[in-house]
Amino acid sequence: MKKRLATVSLAGCFGCHMSFLDIDERILDLMKLVQFDRSPLNDFKKFKKRCDIGLIEGGCCNEENVHTLREFRKNCDVLVAIGQCAIMGGLPVMRNAIMHAEDPLRECLDTAYLNSPTVFNASNDIPNDPALPLLLDKVYTCAEVVKVDYQIPGCPPSGDTFWLAMTFLLKGTAADLPYELIKYD
Amino acid sequence: MGKDTVSVVRQACKKFDHEGSRILDILREVQKRLACVSGETMDLLAAELSTHRIEIEGLVSFYSFFSENRKGKIIIRLCDDIIDRFAGIERVAKVFSEELGIGIGETSSDWNFSLEFTPCIGMSDQAPAALINETVVTKLTPESAGVIARSLKKNLDTSALVKKKGDGNNADRLVNAMVENNIRKKGEVLLGDNVRAEAGLRKALKKKPEEVIQEVLDSGLRGRGGAGFSTGLKWSLARKAKDARRFVICNADEGEPGTFKDRVLLTERADLIFEGMTIAAYAIGGTSGIVYLRAEYEYLLPYLERVLARRRKAGLLGKNIGGEKGFAFDIRIQLGGGAYICGEESALISSCEGLRGEPKTRPPFPVERGFLGHPTIVNNVETFCCAARILDGGPRWFAAMGTAKSSGTKLLSVSGDCAKPGIYEVPFGIRVADVLDMAGADDPTIVQVGGASGEMLNRGSFYRKICFEDLSTGGSFMTFNSSRNMLKIVDYFLEFFIHESCGYCTPCRVGNVFLRERIQKIMEGYAVKADLDYLKDLSRTIMMTSRCGLGNTSPRPVLSSIDQFPVVYASLLGEGGEGLEAGFSIQKALEESRRIAKRSSMIYDPVYGGSSD
Ligand SMILES: Cc1cc2nc3c(=O)[nH]c(=O)nc-3n(C[C@H](O)[C@H](O)[C@H](O)COP(=O)(O)O)c2cc1C
Ligand code: SF4
Repeated sequence: MKKRLATVSLAGCFGCHMSFLDIDERILDLMKLVQFDRSPLNDFKKFKKRCDIGLIEGGCCNEENVHTLREFRKNCDVLVAIGQCAIMGGLPVMRNAIMHAEDPLRECLDTAYLNSPTVFNASNDIPNDPALPLLLDKVYTCAEVVKVDYQIPGCPPSGDTFWLAMTFLLKGTAADLPYELIKYD
Repeated sequence: MGKDTVSVVRQACKKFDHEGSRILDILREVQKRLACVSGETMDLLAAELSTHRIEIEGLVSFYSFFSENRKGKIIIRLCDDIIDRFAGIERVAKVFSEELGIGIGETSSDWNFSLEFTPCIGMSDQAPAALINETVVTKLTPESAGVIARSLKKNLDTSALVKKKGDGNNADRLVNAMVENNIRKKGEVLLGDNVRAEAGLRKALKKKPEEVIQEVLDSGLRGRGGAGFSTGLKWSLARKAKDARRFVICNADEGEPGTFKDRVLLTERADLIFEGMTIAAYAIGGTSGIVYLRAEYEYLLPYLERVLARRRKAGLLGKNIGGEKGFAFDIRIQLGGGAYICGEESALISSCEGLRGEPKTRPPFPVERGFLGHPTIVNNVETFCCAARILDGGPRWFAAMGTAKSSGTKLLSVSGDCAKPGIYEVPFGIRVADVLDMAGADDPTIVQVGGASGEMLNRGSFYRKICFEDLSTGGSFMTFNSSRNMLKIVDYFLEFFIHESCGYCTPCRVGNVFLRERIQKIMEGYAVKADLDYLKDLSRTIMMTSRCGLGNTSPRPVLSSIDQFPVVYASLLGEGGEGLEAGFSIQKALEESRRIAKRSSMIYDPVYGGSSD
């Protein structure tokens, strides 16, 4: 039976998903072994069935990220954090550097929407539509919010890394990634 | 720029002969007279001393007793030690704050008052205490704080605050302090009445220097500052180093929280200290001596200067000491700048040289290349006293006390929840339980031996012994009863180390912050078992990769408390459940956002009918 695979991008840039597609034509081989469930690649917004593997790109910067990540944990047997943002917070986590400020979140919003030299914001409004998810006090990595089974490092992990990692994941073992694939300088 | 500033700077520099290594004294003078060392003043000082402004700025920012911003004429430094916290310093702070109309860290608009917190000022036996300029006020209560504040508002003279003088030399005209010695137990070596003036020195001068060192070696004397290095060995290494100038430094920085025994020796045994230093100088061929006195003990300075002057007059310092032809030695007192790290011997030497109090890389060790590059011995106040007594009583008399590897007696500074806090001179090898009995500690539950960098003990460990073979301590012995929160103590120690790290090593500068964050996470109830593993792992890294003793020991309260109080930790750890991490609380993570956005969560606040957490 085919394994069910779900993927999602939380506080990430979709770079990991793009890189996933860098497995190129090998995706045809992959499709013989897996069935995609919830994923931006097929635009399914909800889980259809319980999945074997969930791939998470990005960490958590707002409540919706947390909610989605918990859904994934609930619905996937094996949860894999992919890329720097999911594992360590990545670029978004830079805002945690002002955590020790008097009012860090306010400072973050003011800088982003009001005070930066490149901002043009004539109305001086900070977006606050009720439909917008609330920001968390700081950016959390996936492993801080739920139990994570595996991590695939890289920013983004290369297509080859994805390919190899998927091969191992489908076999049900931890990937032993060769040095060339996890060396970044 | 005021003409005043110019003349103050000129005068200060002139007073210390424009000597670069005396810059700490120059800065102290300037700070005292101008209430700050402003940017302009730094420029002037740099020009006057032919150095760069950045050097001066480095010093002013390093030492907490100097400030770039203008301070009040009266600086009230409230002792923020853990003992003082438990004794109610917060309430005292509140009264000062209300009476003077300023918050902590602020200066009043008439430039009369500044209010600050400062780490342990060496008065834990009479907590809560504070420094008001140089004057020490002890056993504060909200009421007495009110009286003090109101009296200061009427009259800025701090000496008027000393209504009742303390015992012994605290009542001396030049000390004039309300500090009590609190000597609870006199031993044979240091505090007993059998201490004979200058007997050790006289006997030493009759011997060859090598023989003096041999006696100290035979006595088995080990350093009383905490590390316990063999004093005789240190002296012989310094003697062997080839140089025309050698230095003898007495470490009176006494910054380890809960330690105050050097304070009592400086008050009651000043002559014995100087005698010991003179013997050391004779033994190693030392030419000059320095006592590095912590800034918090400035109230003892005039008294100590008088003792030194008297010794010079009596021929016990200066040229041909004790009639010994060619033996010349003198001592000066260097005041510190309010930095715990300056108690570490190589940082202390840096500080004496007029540099930031940063530890040096070893080797070379101070005994080879210390103060200004010359061989230097640094010993604790108590060590010098012991040395003088050994020369009088003989090494065998000394070695007969204590244990096999820790000879002699030790001064313990006992503080915390006990009826009789104070100084106990006890033979090495005494059990923790016996100390607790003597001090009248009812319900002792947590004992911290060795200060912030020492070890935390539970009731089951009170059989352990105080000696270098088991529990080594520079003298700090704090006891806490069952009403005290163990994690608050650990948290305080980490806060202390974060404040006092010199910042040179990343593991120490940053690692201690991370340790504290995890401890706080545990206190808040968001931690899981993995957090304990993290704490242990990070502790090992900090201890292994830091350059000096501060980083090598700062995680010890964390490790020993995990070891001694596993149940306390376990009771605070959560379980994740269903694959969730207990350490993460969505409600807490959203608090700030809700406040700023002035709305509740679509997902996590039930009002909106979304799924709840
Ligand atoms: C962070 C730190 C603080 C220290 N503070 C003191 C101190 O206040 N007084 C002291 O005598 N030794 C202190 N020491 C120990 C000194 O480095 C040194 O070992 C001691 O002065 C040597 O004298 P002794 O052999 O007579 O003990 C400290 C060490 C460290 C690492
Ligand atoms: S261990 Fe800490 S205090 Fe010691 S040198 Fe390094 S940073 Fe400074």
